[in-house]
Amino acid sequence: MSKLKLIIHREFIAKVRNKSFLIMTFLSPVLIVVMGALVVFLMKKNDEKVKEIVYVDASGLFTKENFKNSKTVKYQDYTALGLTETKKKVEKGDFYGVLYIPKKDSLELLAKSIEFYSSDSPGMSLMNGLENRVETHLRNLKLTHFEIDLMQIKASEIASNIKMFNFSGEESSKLINGLKIAVGAIAGYLLMMFVMIYGTSVMRSVIEEKTSRIIEIIVSSVKPFQLMLGKIIGNASAGLLQFFIWGILLFVISIISSAVFGIDMVEMQASKIPEDQLNAAKEAVNPDKLQLILQEILRLPILKLFVLFIFYFLGGFFLYSSLFAAVGAAVDNETDTQQFMLPIMAPLVLGLYVGFATVMNDPHGPIATIFSILPFTSPIVMLMRVPFGVSWFELAISMALLIVTFVFMVWLAAKIYRVGILMYGKKPTYKDLYKWIKYKG
Amino acid sequence: MEKTIVGLLGPNGAGKTSLIRIINQITMQDAGDVYFDGKLLAPNDVEHIGYMPEERGLYKSMKVGEQALYLAQLKGLSKSEAKKRLKYWFDKFDISAWWDKKIEELSKGMAQKVQFIVTVMHKPKLLIFDEPFSGFDPINAQLIAKEILQLRDEGATIIFSTHRMESVEEMCDYIALIDQSNKILEGKLDDIKRAFRTNTFQVGVATSNPKEVEERLRQLYKVSTADFKIINEGLKLNITLKEGENPNDLLSFLTSQGHVQHFVELVPDANEIFMQAVNKNI
Repeated sequence: MSKLKLIIHREFIAKVRNKSFLIMTFLSPVLIVVMGALVVFLMKKNDEKVKEIVYVDASGLFTKENFKNSKTVKYQDYTALGLTETKKKVEKGDFYGVLYIPKKDSLELLAKSIEFYSSDSPGMSLMNGLENRVETHLRNLKLTHFEIDLMQIKASEIASNIKMFNFSGEESSKLINGLKIAVGAIAGYLLMMFVMIYGTSVMRSVIEEKTSRIIEIIVSSVKPFQLMLGKIIGNASAGLLQFFIWGILLFVISIISSAVFGIDMVEMQASKIPEDQLNAAKEAVNPDKLQLILQEILRLPILKLFVLFIFYFLGGFFLYSSLFAAVGAAVDNETDTQQFMLPIMAPLVLGLYVGFATVMNDPHGPIATIFSILPFTSPIVMLMRVPFGVSWFELAISMALLIVTFVFMVWLAAKIYRVGILMYGKKPTYKDLYKWIKYKG
Repeated sequence: MEKTIVGLLGPNGAGKTSLIRIINQITMQDAGDVYFDGKLLAPNDVEHIGYMPEERGLYKSMKVGEQALYLAQLKGLSKSEAKKRLKYWFDKFDISAWWDKKIEELSKGMAQKVQFIVTVMHKPKLLIFDEPFSGFDPINAQLIAKEILQLRDEGATIIFSTHRMESVEEMCDYIALIDQSNKILEGKLDDIKRAFRTNTFQVGVATSNPKEVEERLRQLYKVSTADFKIINEGLKLNITLKEGENPNDLLSFLTSQGHVQHFVELVPDANEIFMQAVNKNI
């Protein structure tokens, strides 16, 4: 077995056998699912609680028709009691809140003077619902005032749904765009998490060798560069294994939990969407459309996506973890790492921000394009752009740049690493690091 | 120099560890070449070098056996060969029961034994020990010293870097003294001692008139007072002979003056040589 293989093997085993690794691997998917289930459960509970709202209509323009009970809100007419008395009742806790519609000369003025009193601050969806009701009715009143036939308005309503085609004549759906965003965002986010978790793990492993002083024995047998590379690859393998197990476990657990507890993921999503939008969504997801989406998914360049994902994932991880290794070599203990962590973290976080801010709106815009080519942000930003289809030309530049930078950074990091691992006691400055890089050999 | 133990001596900061690191190819020399077995030192030569650094270290949370196997394989041994040799050493030191223990569960002295084993188990041609006895109790230090001597007799060259001069006297055949990264003294320990001798004899004579005897000695030789312990009180002096003077003449003169109780040549020990050489260098 070559020395590099030996090192990779040791690093992998040391990582995988670690108790915290085992706990993290097998507990986190369970935790995620349990937390998800808890959220759904609480939301259901929350929705079951019906809010009672009373209204005092001094204008006399509203009728019971305008305040129909919904699943979550019950309305009662307390106009007879008057505002002050009703407010007292609300304050006592008999009702959730009171909507006051004053008497005004014009509808415009009225629209701006309606008030709502409650002891808690009401949620967005509740207020939106109330405003909707009031607005609809006031608009109808105005239309009548202009002697416009409401029936005509209803009849003139028309829904347009632009169908999208690409030039090969295939129909695509809007939902697939959302899907592409989701795939890209998840990939980018995963990469960042992976770099953070396993990059620092590489760093910690270097620091451990330094503090336990075994480093001098190891580097009297192998080249520091081999050791660094072995560490990075060993940790990456352990990380990939963990992600793989997480994927399988999440899949299995969600199937089991949906079978046992009847919590399905669609409902988990659906319960977050307000009712009217939900209906629209349900309309959109009729069997025909569903089939279309399925076709779309199958038509995504899955193989290309997968290959690129692996490339940028490993490229990004290698690039960053070599820096982490250099930081680990430069310092004696973890508290000293802070000053060197910032410049490493900054491009990583920037990549994610740029990804979320620009790629989602304009996947092929100039900012997204530039950041997907710049090596330090390219792994994240390009991963987000890939589902939207990126030209081979851009991909080639971005990949070539990443490889060149990666090789250069590993070389640079190895220089710092080689000198740093044998330095003890002094907290190095950037000037020291520069000096180390210039050492020959 | 096969079958020799070379003491690498020098004050703090003289460059001992730097030299050792260069031999181990951990750091690169700024100038000059290192030869190993008559050839320019090559990367693969690490397999023939065993190095025990002054700062001992092993993976704390790794099991003793696995760790030793790993380090042996890094030195180029096959897994089966490494196992065989480890079994031999573990039996020899009677520590086979520790195989599945983690280093952090062992005491410092126990970990040192493991450290020694991983240094020597690939039968290197060149062994480098940096302060090998620090951290060992006298019994274990004796055990390790015996092993080192045996390794020498089996053909290894051993470089021994230490500040403890008594172990230099005990172990080393050769010494090399460096100061401020320059070699200031090198050779067989016996030769160096001969070179550093001053022809000074420590004598003790029981006599009835010490004052008179001392006066007569002062006329003949260079004399200084000495302080050492003998059973009977008497005249105690250090007498330095000049070039060409014979210690036998001194002895016969002393016998004629009284009862000679003590007559020893003051041979400088490694400690004095060290001090003299370094001070002269400053």
